[in-house]
Amino acid sequence: MATPLVVSEVFKSFTMHLRDGIKLPVVNDVNFSVASGECVVLGGPSGIGKSSILKMLYGNYAVDAGQILVDHNDHIIDIASADPRTIIDVRRQTMGYVSQFLRTVPRVAAIDVVAEPLVARGIEANVAKENAAELLAKLNLPRELWSLPPATFSGGEQQRVNIARGFITSHRILLLDEPTASLDATNRRVVVEMIAAKKEAGVAMLGIFHDEEVREAVADRILDVSAFSPRKAIAA
Amino acid sequence: MIDTPLLKVSGVSKFYGSRIGCKDVNFELWPGEVLAIVGESGSGKTTLLNCISTRLLPTTGSVEYRMRDGNFRDLYHISEAERRFLMRTDWGFVHQNPADGLRMTVSAGANVGERLMAVGDRHYGKIRQTATDWLGRVEISADRIDDQPRAFSGGMRQRLQIARNLVTGPRLVFMDEPTGGLDVSVQARLLDLVRGLVNDLGLAAIVVTHDLAVARLLSHRMMVMKDGHVIEHGLTDRVLDDPREPYTQLLVSSILQV
Repeated sequence: MATPLVVSEVFKSFTMHLRDGIKLPVVNDVNFSVASGECVVLGGPSGIGKSSILKMLYGNYAVDAGQILVDHNDHIIDIASADPRTIIDVRRQTMGYVSQFLRTVPRVAAIDVVAEPLVARGIEANVAKENAAELLAKLNLPRELWSLPPATFSGGEQQRVNIARGFITSHRILLLDEPTASLDATNRRVVVEMIAAKKEAGVAMLGIFHDEEVREAVADRILDVSAFSPRKAIAA
Repeated sequence: MIDTPLLKVSGVSKFYGSRIGCKDVNFELWPGEVLAIVGESGSGKTTLLNCISTRLLPTTGSVEYRMRDGNFRDLYHISEAERRFLMRTDWGFVHQNPADGLRMTVSAGANVGERLMAVGDRHYGKIRQTATDWLGRVEISADRIDDQPRAFSGGMRQRLQIARNLVTGPRLVFMDEPTGGLDVSVQARLLDLVRGLVNDLGLAAIVVTHDLAVARLLSHRMMVMKDGHVIEHGLTDRVLDDPREPYTQLLVSSILQV
């Protein structure tokens, strides 16, 4: 089985220069990999570094040391040391990310927000919009909202736009940061089904799910992030 | 991915006497890429932009541009005629103050048409048609085509300046604080417009701004300047979400939350 994502000996800390240069260690010596068709869930209490790990994998946070290896069009790319242009290409072609919150752009309609990743991959605008409409319908987003910019939507509605945007592409790796946090039971079930379909399609997924029911339903294995916590090392 | 950059900037420095304008700047820009240069007033952003766009002669360093024939030319070693042709056709320059980039006393249509004539268009009807199309793309209604920019609001002038710059299908556009001096609702509209045009046309752009929200929205990559030096450089969301340098952390932590 292919393993498109390998994380090896990754260290991360924040240096707060405005607070006398305090160094806040986040995670030490992170090692794991995710195989195609597998959904790995990051476990552990809040503040242990789960979101930080996802952000490092996506190139959103810098890495102090270690490697994040991604299979990108049959080339191995190390996200930890790749240049911005390569990371943008990896995000466009290989690795998707559903964040906790939608960053809205003024004046862009929900359906275009969802279609954008496909358009960026060179798919025709009409086709991309059709796919977007299909996903929004599946996620029960009222049709009259589709042509409105999502800035004024409720938390759950924004999150569904965000999920649709993340799931619309056929990226081989998908990072999920609490995609179901503000959804009702019906829509949570829809997302669980969508994740199952992605697994079926051989997508490697890494996620954070605080909702136990969802976690039970999607997780193939749970990776306890406390094992990488520097605080635990000090305590021990 | 395209494997050749459009622009190569190596070791560019500009001194004003013994004072530093910008010092030892190196980067490459690829087609379709938007680079933001951020920093406070006096940090050297505009000096750098002017050095790259040949509006200001750098003290040292070279700026190479890939011409349409695929060959790199050092912009400080081409003839004045070639340089001017480049600026009129393959490049755009959007000034903070639209009055610096427009002819305020000729009509909106002529402002757009002039650049077309510079590339050899002579058919009046065709020029007017293209000008009308472009006014539409920047959301200026066609019945304003014969008005002078003097009669336009600040936001409209800025949109007209953008149309004037993009009409010749440039490959590289320089923008100096394109949304400075506009109120926020006008800013949002302009940003959305620029973002759409840059995506549709596959332009490369270098945007100087002190507004980090503008940089986040428009750019792929970001350079932070302080006292003439580039102190941090990387993917835009990485620089903003995980700033490494003390000064960048100060900048990011100074953004007001609405």
